Amino acid sequence: METPKSKDDWRFKIANREALIGVALAVINFVWWFGFAYGMGSGDVEEYSYVFGLPAWFFYSCVLGLAVMIVLVALTVKFFFRDIPFEDGEEER
Amino acid sequence: MSWSVVIPLLAFLAIIFFIGIWSSRKTAASESGFLQDYFLGGRELGGFVLAMTMVATYGSASSFLGGPGTAYTIGFGWILLAMTQVVTGYFVLMVLGKKFAILARRYNAITLTDFLKARYQSPVVVILSAAAIIIFLFSAMAAQWVGGARLVESLTGMSYNTALFIFAVSVLIYVIVGGFRAVAVTDAVQGSVMVIGTLILLVAVIVAGGGVPNIIRDLTAENPNLITPFGPDGTLSKAYVSSFWILVGVGVVGLPQIAVRAMSYKSSKSMHRAIIIGTIVTGVIMLNMHLIGVFARPILPGIEVGDKVIPLISMEVLPSWLAGVVLAAPMAAIMSTVDSLLILVSSTIVKDVYLNYIKPDASIKVIKRASFGVTAVLGIIVYLLALNPPDLLIFLNLFAFGGLEAAFIWPIVMGLYWKYSNKYGAIASMAVGMASYVFLHYYNQANGNLLDVHTVTIPVVLSFVAFVGVSLLFKREAFDYEAR
Repeated sequence: METPKSKDDWRFKIANREALIGVALAVINFVWWFGFAYGMGSGDVEEYSYVFGLPAWFFYSCVLGLAVMIVLVALTVKFFFRDIPFEDGEEER
Repeated sequence: MSWSVVIPLLAFLAIIFFIGIWSSRKTAASESGFLQDYFLGGRELGGFVLAMTMVATYGSASSFLGGPGTAYTIGFGWILLAMTQVVTGYFVLMVLGKKFAILARRYNAITLTDFLKARYQSPVVVILSAAAIIIFLFSAMAAQWVGGARLVESLTGMSYNTALFIFAVSVLIYVIVGGFRAVAVTDAVQGSVMVIGTLILLVAVIVAGGGVPNIIRDLTAENPNLITPFGPDGTLSKAYVSSFWILVGVGVVGLPQIAVRAMSYKSSKSMHRAIIIGTIVTGVIMLNMHLIGVFARPILPGIEVGDKVIPLISMEVLPSWLAGVVLAAPMAAIMSTVDSLLILVSSTIVKDVYLNYIKPDASIKVIKRASFGVTAVLGIIVYLLALNPPDLLIFLNLFAFGGLEAAFIWPIVMGLYWKYSNKYGAIASMAVGMASYVFLHYYNQANGNLLDVHTVTIPVVLSFVAFVGVSLLFKREAFDYEAR
Protein backbone atom coordinates (compact mmCIF):
# COMPACT_ATOMS: atom_id res chain seq x y z
CA MET A 1 0.00 0.00 0.00
CA GLU A 2 1.25 3.49 -0.82
CA THR A 3 2.18 5.90 1.89
CA PRO A 4 -0.24 8.82 2.20
CA LYS A 5 1.12 11.91 0.45
CA SER A 6 1.33 15.05 2.47
CA LYS A 7 -1.25 17.00 0.47
CA ASP A 8 -3.47 14.88 -1.71
CA ASP A 9 -5.22 11.80 -0.46
CA TRP A 10 -3.71 8.81 -2.31
CA ARG A 11 -7.20 7.40 -2.76
CA PHE A 12 -8.32 10.37 -4.85
CA LYS A 13 -5.94 9.42 -7.64
CA ILE A 14 -7.63 6.05 -7.90
CA ALA A 15 -11.07 7.66 -7.63
CA ASN A 16 -10.30 10.15 -10.40
CA ARG A 17 -8.99 7.46 -12.70
CA GLU A 18 -12.06 5.30 -12.17
CA ALA A 19 -14.39 8.23 -12.83
CA LEU A 20 -12.60 8.81 -16.14
CA ILE A 21 -12.99 5.13 -16.99
CA GLY A 22 -16.72 5.58 -16.39
CA VAL A 23 -16.82 8.45 -18.86
CA ALA A 24 -14.82 6.44 -21.40
CA LEU A 25 -17.22 3.51 -21.12
CA ALA A 26 -20.18 5.84 -21.66
CA VAL A 27 -18.53 7.19 -24.81
CA ILE A 28 -17.88 3.67 -26.14
CA ASN A 29 -21.47 2.75 -25.29
CA PHE A 30 -22.82 5.78 -27.15
CA VAL A 31 -20.70 5.22 -30.26
CA TRP A 32 -21.69 1.54 -30.46
CA TRP A 33 -25.37 2.33 -29.90
CA PHE A 34 -25.48 5.22 -32.35
CA GLY A 35 -23.26 3.64 -35.01
CA PHE A 36 -25.20 0.41 -35.41
CA ALA A 37 -28.65 1.96 -35.00
CA TYR A 38 -28.29 4.71 -37.54
CA GLY A 39 -25.52 3.14 -39.62
CA MET A 40 -27.56 0.02 -40.39
CA GLY A 41 -31.08 1.29 -39.71
CA SER A 42 -31.11 4.28 -42.04
CA GLY A 43 -31.48 2.28 -45.24
CA ASP A 44 -34.61 1.07 -46.94
CA VAL A 45 -36.75 -1.25 -44.78
CA GLU A 46 -37.05 -3.70 -47.64
CA GLU A 47 -33.31 -4.21 -47.64
CA TYR A 48 -33.07 -4.82 -43.89
CA SER A 49 -31.36 -7.98 -42.77
CA TYR A 50 -32.48 -9.85 -39.67
CA VAL A 51 -30.76 -11.60 -36.79
CA PHE A 52 -32.87 -14.01 -34.68
CA GLY A 53 -35.88 -12.44 -36.36
CA LEU A 54 -35.01 -8.93 -35.12
CA PRO A 55 -33.98 -6.13 -37.49
CA ALA A 56 -30.17 -6.32 -37.69
CA TRP A 57 -29.62 -2.67 -36.70
CA PHE A 58 -31.61 -3.26 -33.54
CA PHE A 59 -29.96 -6.56 -32.71
CA TYR A 60 -26.44 -5.15 -32.99
CA SER A 61 -27.17 -1.78 -31.41
CA CYS A 62 -29.37 -2.80 -28.48
CA VAL A 63 -29.18 -6.56 -27.87
CA LEU A 64 -25.54 -7.26 -28.71
CA GLY A 65 -24.67 -3.75 -27.50
CA LEU A 66 -26.07 -4.55 -24.07
CA ALA A 67 -24.15 -7.82 -23.92
CA VAL A 68 -20.93 -6.09 -24.96
CA MET A 69 -21.38 -3.35 -22.37
CA ILE A 70 -22.05 -5.87 -19.60
CA VAL A 71 -18.87 -7.76 -20.48
CA LEU A 72 -16.85 -4.55 -20.79
CA VAL A 73 -18.12 -3.21 -17.46
CA ALA A 74 -17.43 -6.52 -15.71
CA LEU A 75 -13.90 -6.74 -17.13
CA THR A 76 -13.14 -3.11 -16.30
CA VAL A 77 -14.29 -3.50 -12.73
CA LYS A 78 -12.39 -6.74 -12.32
CA PHE A 79 -9.10 -5.57 -13.76
CA PHE A 80 -8.95 -1.80 -13.31
CA PHE A 81 -10.93 -1.01 -10.18
CA ARG A 82 -9.10 -1.12 -6.88
CA ASP A 83 -10.33 -1.86 -3.42
CA ILE A 84 -9.73 1.08 -1.09
CA PRO A 85 -10.95 1.95 2.40
CA PHE A 86 -13.54 4.72 2.63
CA GLU A 87 -13.04 5.74 6.25
CA ASP A 88 -10.34 8.31 6.90
CA GLY A 89 -7.42 7.07 8.91
CA GLU A 90 -7.64 3.45 7.85
CA GLU A 91 -4.68 3.86 5.54
CA GLU A 92 -2.36 4.60 8.45
CA ARG A 93 -3.02 1.28 10.10
CA MET B 1 -63.10 -7.88 -9.75
CA SER B 2 -60.84 -10.70 -10.83
CA TRP B 3 -59.75 -12.42 -7.63
CA SER B 4 -57.14 -14.55 -9.34
CA VAL B 5 -55.29 -11.35 -10.25
CA VAL B 6 -55.97 -9.55 -6.98
CA ILE B 7 -54.80 -12.29 -4.62
CA PRO B 8 -51.21 -12.52 -5.93
CA LEU B 9 -51.02 -8.72 -5.88
CA LEU B 10 -52.22 -8.49 -2.28
CA ALA B 11 -49.90 -11.32 -1.31
CA PHE B 12 -47.06 -9.36 -2.85
CA LEU B 13 -47.97 -6.25 -0.87
CA ALA B 14 -48.12 -8.28 2.33
CA ILE B 15 -44.70 -9.85 1.67
CA ILE B 16 -43.10 -6.47 0.97
CA PHE B 17 -44.69 -5.10 4.09
CA PHE B 18 -43.27 -7.84 6.32
CA ILE B 19 -39.82 -7.65 4.75
CA GLY B 20 -39.82 -3.91 5.41
CA ILE B 21 -40.77 -4.40 9.04
CA TRP B 22 -38.36 -7.29 9.49
CA SER B 23 -35.40 -5.38 8.12
CA SER B 24 -36.16 -2.50 10.45
CA ARG B 25 -35.20 -4.43 13.60
CA LYS B 26 -31.62 -3.28 13.24
CA THR B 27 -32.59 0.38 13.07
CA ALA B 28 -34.50 0.06 16.30
CA ALA B 29 -31.53 -1.52 18.05
CA SER B 30 -28.84 1.10 17.42
CA GLU B 31 -29.08 4.28 19.43
CA SER B 32 -26.05 6.46 18.68
CA GLY B 33 -25.98 7.00 14.93
CA PHE B 34 -29.74 7.27 14.57
CA LEU B 35 -29.80 9.78 11.71
CA GLN B 36 -27.19 7.96 9.67
CA ASP B 37 -29.01 4.73 10.35
CA TYR B 38 -32.53 5.94 9.60
CA PHE B 39 -31.72 7.97 6.51
CA LEU B 40 -28.77 6.04 5.06
CA GLY B 41 -29.08 2.53 6.46
CA GLY B 42 -25.87 3.06 8.47
CA ARG B 43 -23.85 3.16 5.23
CA GLU B 44 -23.65 -0.57 5.07
CA LEU B 45 -25.49 -1.62 1.94
CA GLY B 46 -23.97 -4.57 0.15
CA GLY B 47 -23.50 -4.84 -3.60
CA PHE B 48 -26.74 -6.60 -4.48
CA VAL B 49 -29.01 -4.41 -2.37
CA LEU B 50 -27.21 -1.26 -3.57
CA ALA B 51 -27.62 -2.18 -7.23
CA MET B 52 -31.25 -3.13 -6.81
CA THR B 53 -32.21 -0.05 -4.82
CA MET B 54 -30.65 2.17 -7.47
CA VAL B 55 -32.42 0.40 -10.30
CA ALA B 56 -35.71 0.23 -8.43
CA THR B 57 -35.62 3.87 -7.36
CA TYR B 58 -34.88 4.92 -10.88
CA GLY B 59 -37.28 2.56 -12.63
CA SER B 60 -40.65 4.09 -11.90
CA ALA B 61 -44.09 3.97 -13.41
CA SER B 62 -42.64 5.27 -16.65
CA SER B 63 -40.36 2.26 -17.20
CA PHE B 64 -43.17 -0.22 -16.64
CA LEU B 65 -46.30 1.46 -17.95
CA GLY B 66 -45.61 4.68 -19.84
CA GLY B 67 -42.44 3.58 -21.66
CA PRO B 68 -43.73 0.25 -23.01
CA GLY B 69 -46.99 2.01 -23.88
CA THR B 70 -45.10 4.50 -26.02
CA ALA B 71 -43.04 1.69 -27.56
CA TYR B 72 -46.35 0.09 -28.57
CA THR B 73 -47.19 3.20 -30.58
CA ILE B 74 -43.74 4.18 -31.88
CA GLY B 75 -42.12 0.80 -32.49
CA PHE B 76 -38.42 -0.11 -32.35
CA GLY B 77 -37.31 3.52 -32.37
CA TRP B 78 -38.59 3.84 -28.82
CA ILE B 79 -36.73 0.75 -27.62
CA LEU B 80 -33.59 2.32 -29.04
CA LEU B 81 -34.38 5.43 -27.02
CA ALA B 82 -35.10 3.44 -23.88
CA MET B 83 -31.76 1.65 -24.14
CA THR B 84 -29.98 4.95 -23.44
CA GLN B 85 -30.75 4.11 -19.81
CA VAL B 86 -28.29 1.21 -19.67
CA VAL B 87 -25.52 3.72 -19.01
CA THR B 88 -27.03 4.64 -15.63
CA GLY B 89 -26.24 1.12 -14.41
CA TYR B 90 -22.50 1.82 -14.29
CA PHE B 91 -22.06 5.54 -14.93
CA VAL B 92 -23.55 6.95 -11.71
CA LEU B 93 -21.53 4.73 -9.40
CA MET B 94 -18.33 5.06 -11.43
CA VAL B 95 -18.48 8.84 -11.76
CA LEU B 96 -19.63 9.80 -8.27
CA GLY B 97 -17.60 6.84 -7.27
CA LYS B 98 -15.12 6.46 -4.51
CA LYS B 99 -14.43 10.15 -4.11
CA PHE B 100 -18.06 10.80 -3.21
CA ALA B 101 -18.03 7.87 -0.79
CA ILE B 102 -14.85 9.09 0.92
CA LEU B 103 -15.92 12.74 1.15
CA ALA B 104 -19.44 11.89 2.32
CA ARG B 105 -17.90 9.96 5.22
CA ARG B 106 -15.34 12.66 5.94
CA TYR B 107 -18.03 15.33 6.08
CA ASN B 108 -20.41 13.01 7.89
CA ALA B 109 -22.91 13.80 5.13
CA ILE B 110 -26.28 12.08 5.32
CA THR B 111 -28.07 14.02 2.62
CA LEU B 112 -26.95 15.42 -0.70
CA THR B 113 -27.40 18.87 0.82
CA ASP B 114 -24.96 17.97 3.62
CA PHE B 115 -22.35 17.25 0.99
CA LEU B 116 -23.00 20.49 -0.89
CA LYS B 117 -22.94 22.39 2.41
CA ALA B 118 -19.52 21.07 3.34
CA ARG B 119 -18.15 21.55 -0.16
CA TYR B 120 -19.41 25.07 -0.81
CA GLN B 121 -19.77 26.48 2.73
CA SER B 122 -22.76 28.55 1.75
CA PRO B 123 -26.20 28.84 3.32
CA VAL B 124 -27.63 29.91 -0.04
CA VAL B 125 -26.56 26.64 -1.64
CA VAL B 126 -28.08 24.72 1.27
CA ILE B 127 -31.41 26.53 1.07
CA LEU B 128 -31.61 26.36 -2.73
CA SER B 129 -30.90 22.66 -2.82
CA ALA B 130 -33.17 21.79 0.09
CA ALA B 131 -35.99 23.81 -1.48
CA ALA B 132 -35.50 22.20 -4.90
CA ILE B 133 -35.52 18.71 -3.38
CA ILE B 134 -38.56 19.31 -1.20
CA ILE B 135 -40.68 21.02 -3.85
CA PHE B 136 -39.87 18.92 -6.89
CA LEU B 137 -39.46 15.51 -5.37
CA PHE B 138 -42.56 15.97 -3.27
CA SER B 139 -44.54 16.55 -6.45
CA ALA B 140 -42.83 13.67 -8.21
CA MET B 141 -43.72 11.43 -5.31
CA ALA B 142 -47.36 12.50 -5.37
CA ALA B 143 -47.53 11.84 -9.11
CA GLN B 144 -46.15 8.31 -8.66
CA TRP B 145 -48.61 7.78 -5.86
CA VAL B 146 -51.48 8.68 -8.17
CA GLY B 147 -50.03 6.28 -10.77
CA GLY B 148 -49.86 3.47 -8.22
CA ALA B 149 -53.45 3.93 -7.19
CA ARG B 150 -54.61 4.07 -10.82
CA LEU B 151 -52.81 0.80 -11.48
CA VAL B 152 -54.46 -0.93 -8.52
CA GLU B 153 -57.77 0.56 -9.63
CA SER B 154 -57.46 -0.69 -13.21
CA LEU B 155 -56.30 -4.16 -12.17
CA THR B 156 -58.72 -4.87 -9.39
CA GLY B 157 -61.75 -2.74 -10.14
CA MET B 158 -61.59 -1.25 -6.64
CA SER B 159 -62.44 2.43 -6.44
CA TYR B 160 -59.56 4.87 -6.84
CA ASN B 161 -59.85 5.98 -3.22
CA THR B 162 -59.78 2.45 -1.80
CA ALA B 163 -56.81 1.60 -4.00
CA LEU B 164 -54.99 4.73 -2.90
CA PHE B 165 -55.64 3.92 0.74
CA ILE B 166 -54.27 0.37 0.51
CA PHE B 167 -51.26 1.62 -1.43
CA ALA B 168 -50.56 4.47 1.01
CA VAL B 169 -50.87 2.44 4.20
CA SER B 170 -48.59 -0.33 3.00
CA VAL B 171 -45.85 2.06 1.90
CA LEU B 172 -46.10 4.42 4.84
CA ILE B 173 -45.84 1.89 7.63
CA TYR B 174 -42.65 0.24 6.51
CA VAL B 175 -40.98 3.51 5.56
CA ILE B 176 -41.77 5.11 8.90
CA VAL B 177 -40.82 2.11 10.97
CA GLY B 178 -37.92 0.87 8.90
CA GLY B 179 -36.26 3.94 7.41
CA PHE B 180 -33.73 3.76 4.59
CA ARG B 181 -32.69 0.19 5.30
CA ALA B 182 -36.26 -1.08 4.98
CA VAL B 183 -36.62 0.96 1.80
CA ALA B 184 -33.44 -0.47 0.31
CA VAL B 185 -34.19 -4.06 1.27
CA THR B 186 -37.74 -3.92 -0.06
CA ASP B 187 -36.34 -2.26 -3.19
CA ALA B 188 -34.08 -5.27 -3.65
CA VAL B 189 -37.06 -7.61 -3.47
CA GLN B 190 -39.06 -5.35 -5.77
CA GLY B 191 -36.18 -5.14 -8.24
CA SER B 192 -35.99 -8.93 -8.35
CA VAL B 193 -39.74 -9.10 -8.94
CA MET B 194 -39.32 -6.66 -11.83
CA VAL B 195 -36.62 -8.76 -13.51
CA ILE B 196 -38.47 -12.05 -13.14
CA GLY B 197 -41.81 -10.50 -14.10
CA THR B 198 -40.48 -8.97 -17.31
CA LEU B 199 -38.74 -12.21 -18.32
CA ILE B 200 -41.90 -14.28 -17.89
CA LEU B 201 -43.98 -11.75 -19.76
CA LEU B 202 -41.53 -11.40 -22.65
CA VAL B 203 -41.44 -15.14 -23.24
CA ALA B 204 -45.23 -15.38 -23.05
CA VAL B 205 -45.66 -12.51 -25.50
CA ILE B 206 -43.24 -14.04 -28.01
CA VAL B 207 -45.04 -17.38 -27.78
CA ALA B 208 -48.45 -15.73 -28.16
CA GLY B 209 -47.22 -13.81 -31.19
CA GLY B 210 -45.99 -16.97 -32.90
CA GLY B 211 -42.25 -16.28 -32.56
CA VAL B 212 -40.11 -13.21 -33.18
CA PRO B 213 -39.92 -13.45 -37.04
CA ASN B 214 -43.68 -13.75 -37.18
CA ILE B 215 -44.23 -10.71 -34.95
CA ILE B 216 -41.79 -8.67 -37.02
CA ARG B 217 -43.59 -9.70 -40.22
CA ASP B 218 -46.91 -8.56 -38.75
CA LEU B 219 -45.41 -5.25 -37.68
CA THR B 220 -43.84 -4.67 -41.11
CA ALA B 221 -47.12 -5.52 -42.80
CA GLU B 222 -48.92 -2.93 -40.68
CA ASN B 223 -46.33 -0.16 -41.06
CA PRO B 224 -42.72 -0.81 -42.11
CA ASN B 225 -41.59 2.30 -40.23
CA LEU B 226 -42.34 0.54 -36.93
CA ILE B 227 -39.18 -1.53 -37.32
CA THR B 228 -36.96 1.45 -38.21
CA PRO B 229 -35.27 3.73 -35.66
CA PHE B 230 -37.37 6.67 -36.88
CA GLY B 231 -40.89 6.08 -35.54
CA PRO B 232 -44.15 5.33 -37.35
CA ASP B 233 -44.12 8.50 -39.45
CA GLY B 234 -40.35 8.77 -39.76
CA THR B 235 -40.11 11.87 -37.55
CA LEU B 236 -38.21 10.51 -34.55
CA SER B 237 -34.90 12.22 -35.22
CA LYS B 238 -31.35 11.13 -34.41
CA ALA B 239 -30.74 14.28 -32.41
CA TYR B 240 -33.88 13.88 -30.31
CA VAL B 241 -33.29 10.22 -29.49
CA SER B 242 -29.61 10.88 -28.76
CA SER B 243 -30.48 13.72 -26.38
CA PHE B 244 -32.07 11.13 -24.08
CA TRP B 245 -28.51 10.13 -23.27
CA ILE B 246 -28.57 13.23 -21.09
CA LEU B 247 -32.11 13.04 -19.70
CA VAL B 248 -32.25 9.38 -18.73
CA GLY B 249 -28.58 8.45 -19.14
CA VAL B 250 -25.62 10.38 -17.80
CA GLY B 251 -27.77 13.20 -16.36
CA VAL B 252 -29.15 10.83 -13.75
CA VAL B 253 -25.96 11.56 -11.77
CA GLY B 254 -27.68 14.84 -10.83
CA LEU B 255 -30.81 13.26 -9.33
CA PRO B 256 -30.69 13.57 -5.53
CA GLN B 257 -32.54 10.29 -4.91
CA ILE B 258 -29.89 8.45 -6.94
CA ALA B 259 -26.88 10.41 -5.69
CA VAL B 260 -27.78 9.78 -2.06
CA ARG B 261 -27.53 6.03 -2.70
CA ALA B 262 -23.96 6.56 -3.81
CA MET B 263 -23.11 7.43 -0.21
CA SER B 264 -24.90 4.50 1.36
CA TYR B 265 -22.67 1.56 0.52
CA LYS B 266 -20.40 -0.33 2.80
CA SER B 267 -17.15 -0.79 0.93
CA SER B 268 -15.52 -0.56 -2.47
CA LYS B 269 -16.26 -4.27 -2.91
CA SER B 270 -19.99 -3.69 -2.65
CA MET B 271 -19.69 -0.78 -5.07
CA HIS B 272 -17.87 -2.97 -7.61
CA ARG B 273 -20.52 -5.66 -7.39
CA ALA B 274 -23.31 -3.09 -7.62
CA ILE B 275 -21.85 -1.66 -10.85
CA ILE B 276 -21.94 -5.05 -12.57
CA ILE B 277 -25.33 -6.13 -11.19
CA GLY B 278 -26.84 -2.70 -11.84
CA THR B 279 -25.77 -2.71 -15.50
CA ILE B 280 -27.20 -6.18 -16.09
CA VAL B 281 -30.47 -5.49 -14.30
CA THR B 282 -31.11 -2.07 -15.85
CA GLY B 283 -30.31 -3.38 -19.31
CA VAL B 284 -32.43 -6.50 -19.03
CA ILE B 285 -35.45 -4.69 -17.57
CA MET B 286 -35.38 -1.84 -20.10
CA LEU B 287 -34.84 -4.11 -23.11
CA ASN B 288 -37.52 -6.59 -22.04
CA MET B 289 -40.21 -4.11 -21.03
CA HIS B 290 -39.97 -2.09 -24.22
CA LEU B 291 -39.74 -5.17 -26.44
CA ILE B 292 -42.92 -6.39 -24.76
CA GLY B 293 -44.56 -3.08 -25.59
CA VAL B 294 -43.70 -3.36 -29.30
CA PHE B 295 -44.45 -7.09 -29.53
CA ALA B 296 -47.87 -6.52 -27.94
CA ARG B 297 -48.99 -4.51 -30.94
CA PRO B 298 -49.79 -7.32 -33.41
CA ILE B 299 -51.28 -9.45 -30.61
CA LEU B 300 -53.61 -6.81 -29.19
CA PRO B 301 -54.02 -4.05 -31.78
CA GLY B 302 -55.89 -0.84 -31.13
CA ILE B 303 -55.07 -0.05 -27.48
CA GLU B 304 -55.57 3.70 -27.10
CA VAL B 305 -54.18 4.44 -23.63
CA GLY B 306 -50.47 3.63 -23.47
CA ASP B 307 -50.46 2.89 -19.74
CA LYS B 308 -52.90 0.03 -20.27
CA VAL B 309 -50.73 -1.92 -22.72
CA ILE B 310 -48.80 -3.87 -20.08
CA PRO B 311 -51.81 -4.74 -17.87
CA LEU B 312 -53.89 -5.77 -20.88
CA ILE B 313 -51.21 -7.82 -22.60
CA SER B 314 -50.36 -9.59 -19.31
CA MET B 315 -53.96 -10.66 -18.82
CA GLU B 316 -54.17 -11.69 -22.48
CA VAL B 317 -51.11 -13.92 -22.73
CA LEU B 318 -50.78 -15.29 -19.19
CA PRO B 319 -53.04 -17.39 -16.99
CA SER B 320 -54.67 -14.94 -14.60
CA TRP B 321 -52.83 -16.00 -11.42
CA LEU B 322 -49.51 -15.55 -13.24
CA ALA B 323 -50.67 -12.21 -14.62
CA GLY B 324 -51.21 -11.16 -11.00
CA VAL B 325 -47.63 -12.15 -10.16
CA VAL B 326 -46.21 -10.37 -13.23
CA LEU B 327 -48.27 -7.23 -12.65
CA ALA B 328 -46.71 -6.98 -9.22
CA ALA B 329 -43.67 -5.71 -11.19
CA PRO B 330 -45.03 -2.28 -12.17
CA MET B 331 -46.54 -2.11 -8.70
CA ALA B 332 -43.10 -2.82 -7.27
CA ALA B 333 -41.57 -0.16 -9.50
CA ILE B 334 -43.97 2.48 -8.31
CA MET B 335 -43.72 1.53 -4.65
CA SER B 336 -39.94 1.48 -4.68
CA THR B 337 -39.79 4.93 -6.26
CA VAL B 338 -42.32 6.33 -3.83
CA ASP B 339 -40.65 4.95 -0.72
CA SER B 340 -37.25 6.29 -1.78
CA LEU B 341 -38.60 9.75 -2.47
CA LEU B 342 -40.49 9.78 0.82
CA ILE B 343 -37.42 8.99 2.88
CA LEU B 344 -35.35 11.50 0.89
CA VAL B 345 -37.77 14.36 1.32
CA SER B 346 -38.07 13.61 5.05
CA SER B 347 -34.31 13.53 5.45
CA THR B 348 -34.08 16.89 3.71
CA ILE B 349 -36.63 18.42 6.04
CA VAL B 350 -35.22 16.92 9.23
CA LYS B 351 -31.51 17.17 8.52
CA ASP B 352 -31.17 20.12 6.15
CA VAL B 353 -33.88 22.41 7.45
CA TYR B 354 -34.77 21.46 11.02
CA LEU B 355 -31.30 20.60 12.33
CA ASN B 356 -29.52 23.31 10.33
CA TYR B 357 -31.73 26.26 11.01
CA ILE B 358 -34.48 25.50 13.53
CA LYS B 359 -33.03 23.41 16.29
CA PRO B 360 -29.35 22.55 15.87
CA ASP B 361 -29.00 21.22 19.43
CA ALA B 362 -31.92 18.80 19.36
CA SER B 363 -31.46 15.69 21.49
CA ILE B 364 -31.51 12.19 20.00
CA LYS B 365 -34.98 11.66 21.35
CA VAL B 366 -36.31 14.81 19.71
CA ILE B 367 -34.56 13.98 16.40
CA LYS B 368 -36.07 10.53 16.45
CA ARG B 369 -39.54 11.82 17.08
CA ALA B 370 -39.07 14.49 14.39
CA SER B 371 -37.87 11.93 11.84
CA PHE B 372 -40.79 9.55 12.31
CA GLY B 373 -43.19 12.46 12.59
CA VAL B 374 -42.06 14.25 9.44
CA THR B 375 -42.17 11.04 7.41
CA ALA B 376 -45.67 10.27 8.66
CA VAL B 377 -46.99 13.79 8.12
CA LEU B 378 -45.49 13.93 4.62
CA GLY B 379 -47.08 10.61 3.76
CA ILE B 380 -50.45 11.79 4.97
CA ILE B 381 -50.20 15.06 3.03
CA VAL B 382 -49.28 13.18 -0.15
CA TYR B 383 -52.19 10.85 0.43
CA LEU B 384 -54.63 13.72 0.82
CA LEU B 385 -53.25 15.50 -2.25
CA ALA B 386 -53.42 12.34 -4.33
CA LEU B 387 -57.11 11.96 -3.52
CA ASN B 388 -57.70 14.96 -5.71
CA PRO B 389 -54.43 16.06 -7.33
CA PRO B 390 -54.24 19.86 -7.70
CA ASP B 391 -52.96 21.38 -10.93
CA LEU B 392 -49.94 22.88 -9.20
CA LEU B 393 -48.72 19.37 -8.39
CA ILE B 394 -48.94 18.24 -11.98
CA PHE B 395 -47.19 21.43 -13.03
CA LEU B 396 -44.29 20.93 -10.61
CA ASN B 397 -43.93 17.29 -11.52
CA LEU B 398 -43.20 18.31 -15.12
CA PHE B 399 -39.93 19.82 -13.95
CA ALA B 400 -38.99 17.23 -11.36
CA PHE B 401 -36.72 15.06 -13.46
CA GLY B 402 -34.99 17.30 -15.99
CA GLY B 403 -35.12 20.38 -13.78
CA LEU B 404 -33.36 18.66 -10.90
CA GLU B 405 -30.73 17.27 -13.24
CA ALA B 406 -30.03 20.70 -14.69
CA ALA B 407 -29.78 22.15 -11.19
CA PHE B 408 -27.66 19.53 -9.44
CA ILE B 409 -25.45 17.80 -11.97
CA TRP B 410 -22.60 20.35 -12.03
CA PRO B 411 -22.59 21.34 -8.36
CA ILE B 412 -22.18 17.63 -7.57
CA VAL B 413 -19.80 16.49 -10.30
CA MET B 414 -17.66 19.61 -10.54
CA GLY B 415 -17.67 19.98 -6.77
CA LEU B 416 -16.10 16.55 -6.57
CA TYR B 417 -13.50 16.83 -9.29
CA TRP B 418 -12.72 20.49 -9.94
CA LYS B 419 -10.96 22.20 -7.09
CA TYR B 420 -11.76 25.69 -8.36
CA SER B 421 -15.50 25.12 -7.98
CA ASN B 422 -16.96 27.58 -5.53
CA LYS B 423 -20.26 28.68 -4.11
CA TYR B 424 -20.77 31.45 -6.64
CA GLY B 425 -20.50 28.97 -9.47
CA ALA B 426 -22.79 26.51 -7.71
CA ILE B 427 -25.48 29.11 -7.06
CA ALA B 428 -25.29 30.44 -10.61
CA SER B 429 -25.40 26.93 -12.03
CA MET B 430 -28.46 25.93 -10.00
CA ALA B 431 -30.32 29.12 -10.82
CA VAL B 432 -29.47 29.06 -14.52
CA GLY B 433 -30.22 25.34 -14.83
CA MET B 434 -33.64 25.62 -13.21
CA ALA B 435 -34.70 28.88 -14.84
CA SER B 436 -33.61 27.91 -18.34
CA TYR B 437 -35.31 24.54 -17.95
CA VAL B 438 -38.64 26.12 -17.05
CA PHE B 439 -38.31 28.71 -19.80
CA LEU B 440 -37.32 26.21 -22.45
CA HIS B 441 -40.12 23.88 -21.44
CA TYR B 442 -42.65 26.50 -22.47
CA TYR B 443 -40.68 27.57 -25.51
CA ASN B 444 -40.51 23.98 -26.78
CA GLN B 445 -44.16 23.41 -26.10
CA ALA B 446 -45.08 26.40 -28.20
CA ASN B 447 -42.52 26.16 -31.00
CA GLY B 448 -41.33 22.57 -31.14
CA ASN B 449 -38.02 21.42 -29.69
CA LEU B 450 -35.23 23.95 -30.01
CA LEU B 451 -32.35 22.40 -32.02
CA ASP B 452 -34.50 19.25 -32.16
CA VAL B 453 -33.28 17.95 -28.80
CA HIS B 454 -35.05 17.17 -25.51
CA THR B 455 -35.66 20.16 -23.21
CA VAL B 456 -33.03 19.05 -20.69
CA THR B 457 -30.08 19.28 -23.10
CA ILE B 458 -29.58 23.02 -23.42
CA PRO B 459 -30.10 23.85 -19.71
CA VAL B 460 -27.44 21.26 -18.81
CA VAL B 461 -25.00 22.99 -21.17
CA LEU B 462 -25.96 26.46 -19.92
CA SER B 463 -25.63 25.50 -16.27
CA PHE B 464 -22.16 24.12 -17.03
CA VAL B 465 -21.12 27.39 -18.63
CA ALA B 466 -22.57 29.32 -15.70
CA PHE B 467 -20.78 27.07 -13.22
CA VAL B 468 -17.33 27.38 -14.74
CA GLY B 469 -17.67 31.00 -15.78
CA VAL B 470 -18.95 32.31 -12.46
CA SER B 471 -16.60 30.14 -10.39
CA LEU B 472 -13.59 31.61 -12.18
CA LEU B 473 -14.98 35.12 -12.32
CA PHE B 474 -15.44 35.53 -8.59
CA LYS B 475 -12.69 33.78 -6.79
CA ARG B 476 -10.02 31.60 -8.26
CA GLU B 477 -9.01 29.69 -5.19
CA ALA B 478 -8.32 25.98 -4.92
CA PHE B 479 -10.51 24.03 -2.52
CA ASP B 480 -8.75 21.89 0.04
CA TYR B 481 -10.46 18.50 0.05
CA GLU B 482 -8.40 17.45 3.05
CA ALA B 483 -9.87 20.07 5.38
CA ARG B 484 -12.84 18.96 7.43
